[in-house]
Amino acid sequence: MSGYLIRRFFLMLVTLFGISVVIFVMLRLVPGNITDIIFDSAGFVNPKQKQRIERELGLDQPIVTQYVRWIGGLARGDLGYAYVSEKPAIQEIAPRIPVSAKLAGLALVFSTLFGVTLGVLSAVRQDTTLDYVLRVVSLSGLSLPSFWLGLLILMACVQWFGWIPIYRSTPDSFWKELGLLALPAAAVGFRSSALVMRLTRSSMLEVLRQDYVRTARAKGASETAVNYRHALANALLPVVTIVGIEAAFLIGGLIVTETVFNIPGVARFLVEAIRWRDYPIVQNLVMFIAFVVVLVNFLVDMLYTVLDPRIKFGN
Amino acid sequence: MNSRLGLAALGALALAAVLAAAPYAALAQKSGGTLRIYHRDNLPSASIHEEATISTVMPFMGVFNNLVLYDQAKKLNSDATIIPDLAESWSWDQTRTKLTFKLRQGVKWHDGKPFTAKDVQCTWNRLTGKDPDEFRKNPRQVWWQNLKEVSIKGDYEATFNLNRPQSSFLSMFASGYTPVYPCHVSTKEMRINPVGTGPFKFVEFRRGESLKFVRNPDYWKKSLPYLDAIEWRVIENRSTRILAFIADEFDLTFVADVSIPLLKDVTSQAPKAVCEIAPQYVSSNLIINPSAAPFNDPKIRRAMALAIDRKTMIDILSQGKSDMSGVMLPPPEGNWGMPPELLRKLPGYSGDVAKNRAEARKIMESLGYGPQKTLKVKVSTRNIPIYRDPAVLLIDQLKQIYIEGELEVIDTSIWHAKVTRKEFSVGMNLTGVPVDDPDVNLYENYSCNSERNLTQYCNKEVDKLIDQQSQEPDHDKRKKLVWEIERRLAEDLARPIIYYDRAATCWQPRVKGFVLHHNSIYNNWRFENVWLDR
Repeated sequence: MSGYLIRRFFLMLVTLFGISVVIFVMLRLVPGNITDIIFDSAGFVNPKQKQRIERELGLDQPIVTQYVRWIGGLARGDLGYAYVSEKPAIQEIAPRIPVSAKLAGLALVFSTLFGVTLGVLSAVRQDTTLDYVLRVVSLSGLSLPSFWLGLLILMACVQWFGWIPIYRSTPDSFWKELGLLALPAAAVGFRSSALVMRLTRSSMLEVLRQDYVRTARAKGASETAVNYRHALANALLPVVTIVGIEAAFLIGGLIVTETVFNIPGVARFLVEAIRWRDYPIVQNLVMFIAFVVVLVNFLVDMLYTVLDPRIKFGN
Repeated sequence: MNSRLGLAALGALALAAVLAAAPYAALAQKSGGTLRIYHRDNLPSASIHEEATISTVMPFMGVFNNLVLYDQAKKLNSDATIIPDLAESWSWDQTRTKLTFKLRQGVKWHDGKPFTAKDVQCTWNRLTGKDPDEFRKNPRQVWWQNLKEVSIKGDYEATFNLNRPQSSFLSMFASGYTPVYPCHVSTKEMRINPVGTGPFKFVEFRRGESLKFVRNPDYWKKSLPYLDAIEWRVIENRSTRILAFIADEFDLTFVADVSIPLLKDVTSQAPKAVCEIAPQYVSSNLIINPSAAPFNDPKIRRAMALAIDRKTMIDILSQGKSDMSGVMLPPPEGNWGMPPELLRKLPGYSGDVAKNRAEARKIMESLGYGPQKTLKVKVSTRNIPIYRDPAVLLIDQLKQIYIEGELEVIDTSIWHAKVTRKEFSVGMNLTGVPVDDPDVNLYENYSCNSERNLTQYCNKEVDKLIDQQSQEPDHDKRKKLVWEIERRLAEDLARPIIYYDRAATCWQPRVKGFVLHHNSIYNNWRFENVWLDR
C-alpha cells in the first residue's frame, strides 16, 4: 500500500507540473495581455507606456524565465502580485476559496442526500407512479441549465416575497451563511442530484437482482436492511465516482451560479481574471483547482478500498 | 378683489420659487444613512485620471474636489453652470492666456495634510507629463495640450499659462474627470487607495464584491455631506442587479443601466421608483479603416455612409428614443449639436433612405460591385450587446448596397488594442464624451495628434478649424465653426455617428437631492447634497 501511495504522490506531482506548463503556455497564446487590457479601460493604447508597463510586470522577459520565476515563487509560497489590483495575489485569492468551498460543499450535500435517497426510492418502487415522477424530476434536473433555474428562483423570490436571495456581505453567523447559500446550492445541486439519482437508481436495480440480495431476503432480513445495508452499500461504488467528479468540478465550475447569485467565489473571479489576463491570479487559481481535482481523485480511489474491501491497491 | 389677486400671484410666485429651488432647498434634509448603489462591473482602478470609464468616475468622484465644478443641481452642463469648488474664484488676464485660481484655505486631504497650490501644480504636471511620477496611462492628455505651465504664488494661488486663448478651457476643469490629486501621494497609491479632499473617504474596494466610502467629518463644507456612507455592490449580471433594485436592495441604479426595453419591467414591478431617461453622450459610430483596401477609396466610404438607415436602427434598438445626430450631442440637451435642418444636409442624413441607397448602389456599381459580385467584409465589434446589436443591423443594411458583412466579435478586453493596431476594416464602436464642449469632443476624437483618435483620421484643415473654434470667444460664431467642422467630418466620413443613445437611471423615491445630468454622464457623482428620506 505504501508503495502505491508513493507512486500516486509522484504521479500527482507530474500531473500538476504538466498542468502548470499547459496553463502557463496557453495563457500566453491567448491574444492580448494585461497591458492591452489596462489601456482598454483608457480607450487607447500608447505603445511607449505599454512597453514600460510590460517591463514593470516582467512580461518582457523570455517565457521560460517567467515560468521559472512563477514556479519558484509558488514553491516558496509566494504567489506574486495581481496585475490589476496591484495587491499580493494571495490576498485576492484566499478570501474567495472558502466561499466557493462552502457553496460547493453544500451543493454536494444537497445532491448526495436527495440523489441517493430518491434514487433508492425510485429503484425499490420501480415502475410505480413515484418512480415515474422521480424519473421526470431527474430528467428535468439534467436538462434545466442552472443559470436559468437560478434566475427563475430570483424572479420568484422578488415576485412573491419582495426579497432577493443574493450575496450581500460576509454573513456573521453560520446560520445566516447557510440561509444565504442554500438557494444557490440548491440550484446547482439540483442538476447534480439528478445525475446521482439516475445513477443510484440504475446501480440499485442491478444490485437488487443479485443472488446475495435474494439470499438476504430469504434469510428474513427486513426490506430496509436489504435495500440499505445489503444493496445500497454495493451500489454506491459508481455513485462515489460521480460524486467525486462533481466535487472536483464544483470548486471551479460554479461560474454561472456565482454570477447569477452574485457570490464572490473562485469561479467568477477566475473568469474575471482570464478576461483581464491577470496571469498571477489565473495561474495560481488554476493550479489550486487542479490540486483539488487531483486530491479528490485520490481520495475517491482511497474510498473504494473502504467501500469494497476486495479492492487492494498494493498489487 | 385686486388684493386677493395680488396675494394669489404672490403665493404662486413663492411656490414657483420653492419649486425652482428644489431639490436643494433646505426643506428638511436628513443626515445619516447609507446610500446603496450597484456597480455594473469591476473597475480597472480607483484613479480617475488614469481611466476613461464611468465605472471609475461614478464611485470615486465623491472622494475628490475639482477646482471648479458643474453645478450638481442643474440638469444641463454649460459654461453658465460652472461653480467654484476648491477654487473660490477665477479670473482671466487681458490676453486670455492666463487663468488664475484663488484657492480655498483650510482644506485638508483625507490623511490630514493641508491642500495647497502645490497640489494643483503637481496634478497638472502629472497630466502634462512633466512630473517624474507620471500617470501609468493618461487618456486625456490632449485636453491640456494648450497648457504651457502652471505657476503658483504662495499656497493659495495657481495660474494656468496657455499657449493661446482657449474659450472653453475652464469647462474641462469642471468635469468629473478632473479632480485635484494630492502631491504627496504616489500615482500608484492613487490607483489603490485614493486620497482626496472630497465629502467621502475611501474605505475599501473588494474586487468583484464591493466598494465602501464613508463621510468625511472634516469636509470643508461644514454641513455636508448628508450621508454617513455610500456602499456599492458589484453585480455583473444585469438581470440580477435589476431584480435587486426592484426588490429594493438598492437606492440607485448604475447610471444609464436601465435600457429602454428594460425600463418597462422596472416601472411595472417597482412603480414608485423614479426613472429618468437621458442622453448619455455616448455615440454608436461606424469606424472604417482608411488604410485597408478597398476602404482607402473615399467613394466606398461614402456609399457606406449613404446606406445607413439611422431611424430604423433607433426604432429597433431604443424604441425610437435615441437621437439622430452629428458629432456633437443634438439639442435640446446638447449645447452644440446641429439643428435638424442643417443635419439633414449631411451625407446619409436626408431621411430619404431609398434615394440614398440608390445613390450608394450607383457608386458601388461604378466600382464594379453588384448583385453578382458583392464586397465581402468583416464588421468587427466588441463582444458587448450595446456594440453587437447595432453591428448586426449595420450588416443587414450594408447588404442593400452589395456589401456582404460578416460579424467579427472581438474579445472586449482587446478591442482598443486591435483598433489601435488597425486590425480591422469596418467596425462598430461606442464613444463617450465627458463634457458637452467642442474642444473635448473634437480634439479627443478627431484631431491629428490625439491618441484616442481611433481611426487616426487626420485632416490638417479640420485641425485648423478645430483650433479656430477653440479660440473663438463669441459663442454663436463658435457654434457656426463647430457646425462647419461637423459638415467636413461628415463629408470625410471620419467616424460616422449612427446615433446618440438614451437610457434610464432609476432611484427609489427616498433618495433626495439627486439630480441626473442630461448632457453628460460623467459629472454629477459628488453625492454631497444627496440625502435619504427614510
